[in-house]
Amino acid sequence: MQVGGLAQTVAPNSIFRKQVEALSGETISACFQCEKCTNGCPVTIAMDIAPHKLIRSIHLGLKDEVLQSDTIWVCASCETCTTRCPNDIDIAHVMDILRQLSRSQGVKDSQKNVPLFHSAFLTSVRWYGRLHEMTMAVIFALKSEGMTGLAKQANMGVEMMRKGKIKLFPSRLLAGRQVKAMFRQSERRQKT
Amino acid sequence: MKISYYPGCSLDGTAREYKESLESVAKILGIELEELHDWTCCGASSGHVTSDKLGVALAARNVVIADKIGKDLLVPCAACFLRLKTAEKELKAGNQIEGISYKYQGGFNIKHSTTFFREAISEKVLTARVKKPLYGLNAVCYYGCLVTRPPKITGAKNPEDPQDMDELMTILGASVKNWSYKTDCCGGNLILTHPEIARNLIKKLLDMAEEAGADCIIVGCPMCQSNLDTRQKEISRDNGGKYSIPIFYFTELMGLAFGEPSTGKWLNRHLTDTKALLKQKGLL
Ligand code: SF4
Ligand code: SF4
Repeated sequence: MQVGGLAQTVAPNSIFRKQVEALSGETISACFQCEKCTNGCPVTIAMDIAPHKLIRSIHLGLKDEVLQSDTIWVCASCETCTTRCPNDIDIAHVMDILRQLSRSQGVKDSQKNVPLFHSAFLTSVRWYGRLHEMTMAVIFALKSEGMTGLAKQANMGVEMMRKGKIKLFPSRLLAGRQVKAMFRQSERRQKT
Repeated sequence: MKISYYPGCSLDGTAREYKESLESVAKILGIELEELHDWTCCGASSGHVTSDKLGVALAARNVVIADKIGKDLLVPCAACFLRLKTAEKELKAGNQIEGISYKYQGGFNIKHSTTFFREAISEKVLTARVKKPLYGLNAVCYYGCLVTRPPKITGAKNPEDPQDMDELMTILGASVKNWSYKTDCCGGNLILTHPEIARNLIKKLLDMAEEAGADCIIVGCPMCQSNLDTRQKEISRDNGGKYSIPIFYFTELMGLAFGEPSTGKWLNRHLTDTKALLKQKGLL
């Protein structure tokens, strides 16, 4: 088969499929390649491996190709594939699992903005218990492109501020401690 | 009627006008909203991408607060709605959730705002409140992804062709057009990480709304509103067009139809002008 435009001979190996199935609870092996997922996907144009091929690649055990694909980071989590799959495979959830696996393996540079966005988002939630949009936007801009990134976002920021859409200070919550504890527990689990 | 209410983080910031309009409209209709005490972020776009367990835990904390009250929970943001529904499913199944030890009762429903307002208030009551019918307003209703998908979690009856906002707006007098992009994706947070991809998706929606004969788009999600409303300048710049289609929250138009005086203040917060159209239609 072809993955990312490269023809290669593949010796199927079920280890990776079993790992993804165990983590996601989804039956990857039920896929019969009807391509419904791909046909409804709004962002295939920016993907290197179309969704149905990604599922097939998991089946074949092409772990590196899958975890280093653009596809898993370009996916918008729109849930169309999940809704339409005739075999009830929650493909959007499989994408989540692949992103989680990919992070520990190192994400390629061209896609690193996506995990940076998610970590900026969660940093703000961890600090304040709620998302503070401005904190998230500033952390993301700085981490993705440094001062250039900040300058790029600044125009939109100023316009939004003028319209009263920016909340300057985060809320202070009593529940902040409970949320921090959830993050700590999640980290402990990932280390073990 | 008294119900629980989870505003979610965006309604405190970029979607302030959604919060204010929703709360005003509820008040006019005699619905008392009880904001969940000390609610926290549901994890939204990032929790489930980072860790399944953390994603569920962040949302479940709020579902548990609502469970203790036992009244239906109103959720205005589509992403929050799906996260809370996902956590509800885990709680109902009795699955172990990190950081939560609680015996779940489950005697209440989680409702997205579009469904809630359509189901909870009869057509008669709505019509009786209308002071200024939205006659002449040609609109398409845009639901985005997560109000209906995936239906096995959201419980949506008609996931590819939802009707709640269409029916609400028709009752208020708007001329609601048919289109096949109701539940297409606006790109969500790709607008920050892959802006080119998101802008293409947004452009498609704006183009298709126009083709359907609409002069505005009506939404019920802060992410959809923000993507459609705030990027029209960039899209015009890149494509040489002149995009200027007002993007209304359905609650703002309810406020307008009910003659709520704060409507002008809400509309002032949009980046794409809304007032020229409403004046032209004699609605403002
Ligand atoms: S829709 Fe389901 S069965 Fe069809 S190709 Fe995609 S994953 Fe396979
Ligand atoms: S969830 Fe991802 S893969 Fe599935 S249709 Fe949406 S963007 Fe495509």
